[in-house]
Amino acid sequence: MSSDMMLFLSLAAVAVGAALAMLFSRNAVYAALFLVINFLTIAAIYLLLHAAFIAVIQVSVYAGAIMVLFLFVIMLLGAEKVERSSRELWQRPAVLALGAVLIAELAYAFIGRAGSAEKALAAVPEGFGSPQSVGALLYSRYLIPFEVISILLLVSMVGAIIIARDDRKERG
Amino acid sequence: MNVPTSYLVALSGILFTLGVLGVLLRRNALVVFMSIELMMNSANLAFIAFARDLQAVEGQIFVFFTIAVAAAEVAVGLALVVAIFKARHSLDIDQVNTLSG
Amino acid sequence: MLLSESTAGGNGFGVAPLVIAFPLLGLLINLVFGRRRGERFVGIVATGAVVMAFGIALLQALALQGAPEGARVTIAEWIRVGELRVPWAVQVDTLSVTMMLMVSGVSSLIHLYAVGYMREDVRFQGDPARFTRFFLYFNLFVAAMMVLVTADNYLMLFVGWEGVGLCSYLLIGFWFEKGKDGIGNAVAGKKAFITNRIGDFGFLLAIFLTFWSFGSLEFDQVFDTAQRMGPAATGTATWITLFLLLGAAGKSAQIPLFVWLPDAMAGPTPVSALIHAATMVTAGIYMIARNHVLFALAPASANIVALIGGATALFAATIAVGQFDIKRVLAYSTISQLGFMVAAVGLGAYVAGMFHLLTHAFFKALLFLSAGSVIQGVEHGHHHLASRLGHAPDSHGEPFDPQDMRNMGGLRHRMRITFWVYVIGAAALAGLPPLAGFFSKDEILAEASANNLPVYLMLAVAAFFTAFYMGRQVLMVFFGAPRSEAAGHAVENPPLMTVPLIALAALSVIGGGLNLPDVFHLPLAHRLTEWLEHTLKPVHVAEFNPLIAGLSTGVALLAIGFAVQLYGRRPTSAAEPDPLARLIGPVFTALNRKWWIDEFYDWLIVRRYVALAGFLGEALDGRFWHDWFHDTILGAGFTRGARWLSEGFDLPVIDGAANGLARLTRSMAGRVRQLETGYVRTYAASLFLGVVLLLGYFLIRSSF
Repeated sequence: MSSDMMLFLSLAAVAVGAALAMLFSRNAVYAALFLVINFLTIAAIYLLLHAAFIAVIQVSVYAGAIMVLFLFVIMLLGAEKVERSSRELWQRPAVLALGAVLIAELAYAFIGRAGSAEKALAAVPEGFGSPQSVGALLYSRYLIPFEVISILLLVSMVGAIIIARDDRKERG
Repeated sequence: MNVPTSYLVALSGILFTLGVLGVLLRRNALVVFMSIELMMNSANLAFIAFARDLQAVEGQIFVFFTIAVAAAEVAVGLALVVAIFKARHSLDIDQVNTLSG
Repeated sequence: MLLSESTAGGNGFGVAPLVIAFPLLGLLINLVFGRRRGERFVGIVATGAVVMAFGIALLQALALQGAPEGARVTIAEWIRVGELRVPWAVQVDTLSVTMMLMVSGVSSLIHLYAVGYMREDVRFQGDPARFTRFFLYFNLFVAAMMVLVTADNYLMLFVGWEGVGLCSYLLIGFWFEKGKDGIGNAVAGKKAFITNRIGDFGFLLAIFLTFWSFGSLEFDQVFDTAQRMGPAATGTATWITLFLLLGAAGKSAQIPLFVWLPDAMAGPTPVSALIHAATMVTAGIYMIARNHVLFALAPASANIVALIGGATALFAATIAVGQFDIKRVLAYSTISQLGFMVAAVGLGAYVAGMFHLLTHAFFKALLFLSAGSVIQGVEHGHHHLASRLGHAPDSHGEPFDPQDMRNMGGLRHRMRITFWVYVIGAAALAGLPPLAGFFSKDEILAEASANNLPVYLMLAVAAFFTAFYMGRQVLMVFFGAPRSEAAGHAVENPPLMTVPLIALAALSVIGGGLNLPDVFHLPLAHRLTEWLEHTLKPVHVAEFNPLIAGLSTGVALLAIGFAVQLYGRRPTSAAEPDPLARLIGPVFTALNRKWWIDEFYDWLIVRRYVALAGFLGEALDGRFWHDWFHDTILGAGFTRGARWLSEGFDLPVIDGAANGLARLTRSMAGRVRQLETGYVRTYAASLFLGVVLLLGYFLIRSSF
């Protein structure tokens, strides 16, 4: 087992463990924090995959902005503790079973049929995944989606404000 | 890193499944939302893995856009959750069932 | 021998169809223009049409001088079905021309008389607008009678037969709202029609038998075939002739179908004169004469014919003795004289029968018209008196009957012309020489005495009664003192009416010259015999029997003397009973009540028939068919069927299908609705399930 593999496996274990922890934690704040760990771990894997720019984006936007927002809302709403579900008990085993099935399928799809699992990966070119290379593509071929994304962000911002402001408008 | 792409994709799959289970099993709306983010993240991981495998930067660009969209979506979604909380004073998604048949 | 077929106008026969066309033309003109143009126009057109027909008949007679075998003028092909061929053709031979001349000649005189008579009558009855209608019917009658006598086949003859029957019905019931109980005249017309119908039934059977046996309906072919068959045809001919006799009995008022004729006197007097004395009633005798070939082949039925004729003659003559109505006496007299004619043709003396037919037409028409004149004269007297006195005279509680002889008397001073012509007619009817009736009646009596003694005896006794009742009538009407005030003021009629009377009287006097016996070896003798021989061969030339002639004359004079004894010596007043009644008591009542024949028929036939009709109508049709069958079976069945359809089929099946569909939709919707739990997690779970399944499917598919 090479060092890459060991590194990867440990990172993967952390990620999966954090995800499981998020699933099972009663406290919503704890769940959010575990998710942050998960994101950071994934960012580390990105780095290993020659996706430096994306890794940084992941940390700053995903872990830094989105999860912070999540935490704001959790604490705002006081949703730390949520009781267990007592309804739809039949769903739990069914869903778990389905989940198992899905994992099996994915395992079969990805590992069982991969064939040359140990084939040698080609060396990536220099500067692959660097901000320059991403930016160069972003501003040339994918310019329009880039602009559209900005509009999307604007729209969502406006939407969020409107949704959150409705109450006050009615009262006023 | 010389990890076979299939391992990465398997990890992505596991994370995805966990995300799905989270959506289906948890009742807290925020935790459900977070599970959705986990799912999106697993997809991003798959993209990056294949970008590296095929040496195509387009994969990373896609992830860039996905992250942007996730941000927008979270903003609106959380605004909605807040609005619902104000109406029902509860984050239990099982309580949002008035659209039943 | 078949007649020469001449469809072109050769030899003057071509105009023969005009003899039918002229009266029809008169009818049409009067139909369209009559009302507007007034009575004079109608009278001129109607009379003129018949006079033209007489002219055509004369032309035919002249044409026959040159070609005595006659001709047949085809007008059109009427029926052509399989073996049955019936043309519409006019047969011009001596027999038919004789009838044509008589019908049109006497008709012309009667039309003339009728113009004057009806002018008074429509005003007396109160409907002047009906004048035109009378002459329409009258012309129609002449046309139908012409069709009858000129027919060359049984079917056309039957058409004319029915036509004259119809006109008789229409004219008897001319004043349909008058008469006993307001419908008496209509009832009389109905009686005539129905009684005739029974005769027609016999005639039709004869026609069917004829076609069936001889294969044709044309006279020539039938007689030819029958003669060739000879004695083998006797059976068939007997049946045919018996049925023909039934038809003749209906039309010519013989036993047992004579009962309609006295009632037919309800019609106006010209109708009685023309139809019920001179023309229509003679159609039966003409028909028998026409079929002489068949009667020759069936001597048994000929015998029956003679017996019926004789019996009728005697029976009717006795009834005439006891009647008080002036027209009824003449009606029964007509029946009696028709009996003479029928007896004659039954004995095979066709010429004698036709001779008597002609002379009878003259003097009977004369008598009827004169009777009409008398009646109108008395009516006038009644009216003048009523307008002068201010109230109706002679009203002894009952309405005044101008036709009752008991209300007459002494009219010979007041109605001179009528009196003289009446005496001539009565004498001719009684058979006094040298008037026409003597020769014709005597010929019949001679034939009867030679061939059939019972018939002769019946006819001789009938002749006695004939003279007696005519004498009685003349004495009661014209002699003695007037028995009512109206009679005392009676007025003679205008020339329009008296001139035809005089003409007919003249004919009654000289009519005997048609067939004088060969006594004095004059070239005038047996004119009619020779004339008719061309058609009726073989013809037995009548021999003059001076014994019979003298006997009949003596008997007639005896009867007249008897009448004078009873009625002439002491003029009776209206209140006294008839002198004869004093003599023979209850027998007179029987005579007056016509031997209760109508009552007998009513009991025997009419009442049974009405009962049967009542039963069929009430019980069978009403209660059974309508009430039970209709309501129970049809009605209930239909209701039940409809109910099954609606409740058993429509409701459960069709409604059930429609409702069931809706119910199915609802239940399914109810069940499907449960999927919409409202829980987001459930929706997500189903999504997840779908994804898993899809993924599995693709994996499985790609691995195989």
